[in-house]
Amino acid sequence: MKNTPSILGTYFAFAAVLAATIGCGSGGGSPGIELQGAGASFPAPLYTSWFKEYSKAHKGVQIDYQSVGSGSGVTAVIDGTVDFGASDAAMKEEEMAKVERGVQLLPMTAGAIVLAYNLDGVDELKLSREAYVDIFLGKIKKWNDPKIAATNEGVSLPDQEINVVVRSDSSGTTYVFTQHLSTISPEFAESPGTNKAPNWPVGTKSKGNEGVTTSLAQNPGSIGYVEFGYAMKAKLAMVSLENKSGEFIKPSIASAQAALAGVEMPENLIAWLPDPEGKDSYPIVTYTWIIAYKKYDSEEKVKVFKDLIQYCLTEGQNSSESLGYIPLPESVVAKVSAALDNISAGK
Amino acid sequence: MDQHKKSPISRPPTSLEINTDLAFRYTCLGFAWLTIAVMCYIVFEISWKAGPAIQEYGLGFLSTQTWDPNTKEYGILPEIWGTLYSSAIALLIGSLFGVSVAVFLSEGYLGNFVFSILKIFGVQFHPFWGKLPSASETALKNLVELLAAIPSVVYGLWGIFVVIPMMRDSCNWLYENMGWFPLFGTRFQGPGMLPASFVLAIMILPTISAISRDALVAVPPKLREASYGLGATRWETILSVILPTASGGIFGGIVLAFGRALGETMALAMLVGNVNTIKVSLFSPANTLAALLANNFSEAGSDEMKVGVLMYAGMVLMAITLGVNVIGALILQRATAGVKGLN
Repeated sequence: MKNTPSILGTYFAFAAVLAATIGCGSGGGSPGIELQGAGASFPAPLYTSWFKEYSKAHKGVQIDYQSVGSGSGVTAVIDGTVDFGASDAAMKEEEMAKVERGVQLLPMTAGAIVLAYNLDGVDELKLSREAYVDIFLGKIKKWNDPKIAATNEGVSLPDQEINVVVRSDSSGTTYVFTQHLSTISPEFAESPGTNKAPNWPVGTKSKGNEGVTTSLAQNPGSIGYVEFGYAMKAKLAMVSLENKSGEFIKPSIASAQAALAGVEMPENLIAWLPDPEGKDSYPIVTYTWIIAYKKYDSEEKVKVFKDLIQYCLTEGQNSSESLGYIPLPESVVAKVSAALDNISAGK
Repeated sequence: MDQHKKSPISRPPTSLEINTDLAFRYTCLGFAWLTIAVMCYIVFEISWKAGPAIQEYGLGFLSTQTWDPNTKEYGILPEIWGTLYSSAIALLIGSLFGVSVAVFLSEGYLGNFVFSILKIFGVQFHPFWGKLPSASETALKNLVELLAAIPSVVYGLWGIFVVIPMMRDSCNWLYENMGWFPLFGTRFQGPGMLPASFVLAIMILPTISAISRDALVAVPPKLREASYGLGATRWETILSVILPTASGGIFGGIVLAFGRALGETMALAMLVGNVNTIKVSLFSPANTLAALLANNFSEAGSDEMKVGVLMYAGMVLMAITLGVNVIGALILQRATAGVKGLN
């Protein structure tokens, strides 16, 4: 009984700590401008590096980017919980209609999706359109299948089962990849079809570009699709794919740029390249977008945001290649830059 | 006079003490009710959000096998199977090791071993070294419990980088030579049921071993002495007296671990392969409810039906966990009824 006051004191102290913790959560605003972004994981390494550089060069400006996936990015824009979103599956008409303030999509960079594989003793692999569609449909089950052997003379392919790795989460990368497969194969279009999370007939699943990359590196006999930069960093072997002209193209910045060159960017800045033309074009390439609102409530935010995008379009593009992304063509940069005029302050 | 002041019993409590007591009592009561209220709110929220999906898919949701957002066909039978199967295997491995560790730590095996080593150096009664046997037991106990502090992502990575490559050769040998046996019926490609269950077993091991050890330590010493007195050997005592007496506690630990195994998410999402198949083979990839939720939730936001479907799956997982706990509690009641008189 004698130490009751001290127990009481402990409770008071506990309550004080609790109050202080809660206080920290809600308060603690920093001076200056803060921009919140969320979305695609595909360009996340590039965005993170851009925003870090920009914040460093501009005192009082803080830009946060959460790599939560394209779908979540779009949802966040609709709910208005962020200042900008990011998606590599762009945005559907009906999704845009849900945003009262209006949205402006800004292509920021482009990337190639590669088929990376892990097969002992096979450093070079060429796959025909039929072959890689059939692998992802589960119709080709072994590495020494005649359809694979036909385009790989002189390569000793093992009598081993193919372990297909696909994405387990709903993903923009998957959307672009299935869009390509659906374009070149009616059978694939029928089922599974173009989707951020299709019902794959085959394959084990890993989360994120990171997960698929790790899975490929760890399991001999496997093949899967990842963004070029991820495969490059993990030093995975990449398949040369047959393009529309029937050429086998090795994935590289140059061959992806060749694919981009053939596409005219439309007014709304949403261009798809499901099966690019051109002899030297790598077949699976996509733009990825930052989603901005057309109206912001603060004049200062608009100013900073526009300045940030200009920085990304000019200086930022220089760092794209080293991270495995494709710098935007000059004509696209001009169009994106002009589209910034659609963004203004007000209601 | 002084004596009188020091004795707390000989004076009535002051009003401050009474009020503090009351305040404490009602604070505790308040938090207890708050916990229950939060629980009820979560259940309500989940079932409310699951409503549209329950109406749309009904019980067929539990018995069909397709998960296809394109055609809006959803069924979670493979996930239910995978959840129960992986947890059962994990429990089998985990409880075998967990109870063994608990016996090893509570019956003085390690202490005796350290003691006999100290004896070689002749320092077994030294004031410093003499404390080593019991200290080593405490150290090992803490070490095992430390396993519970490792984040589940780390377990997942460890599984991918260490466990799977380690298992690959022997598993494929089993498949090639004993493929006729249903458990080894498919080729081991990497992610799958066995690596997932194995890692899960290690994750639940500290729960089982800590609770089992507490139960074993709590067995009254007179039982042990009586058993030795009747001429039983140490192993006979452990197997037929001590383990049965502590079985209630051990079983409680196992039920708790099963609950944890059912709900474990991240490590499984990384290791199980996330494929909707129902196969008995240990080497085949599979899926679990928790992994399904983890993989699909982040991008389900804009699609109300998809959120509903996932909430429905979450409800099923909750129901399974609840069912396991209720059955566990019932068995526990039965098991402990027989040994209550001993204490």
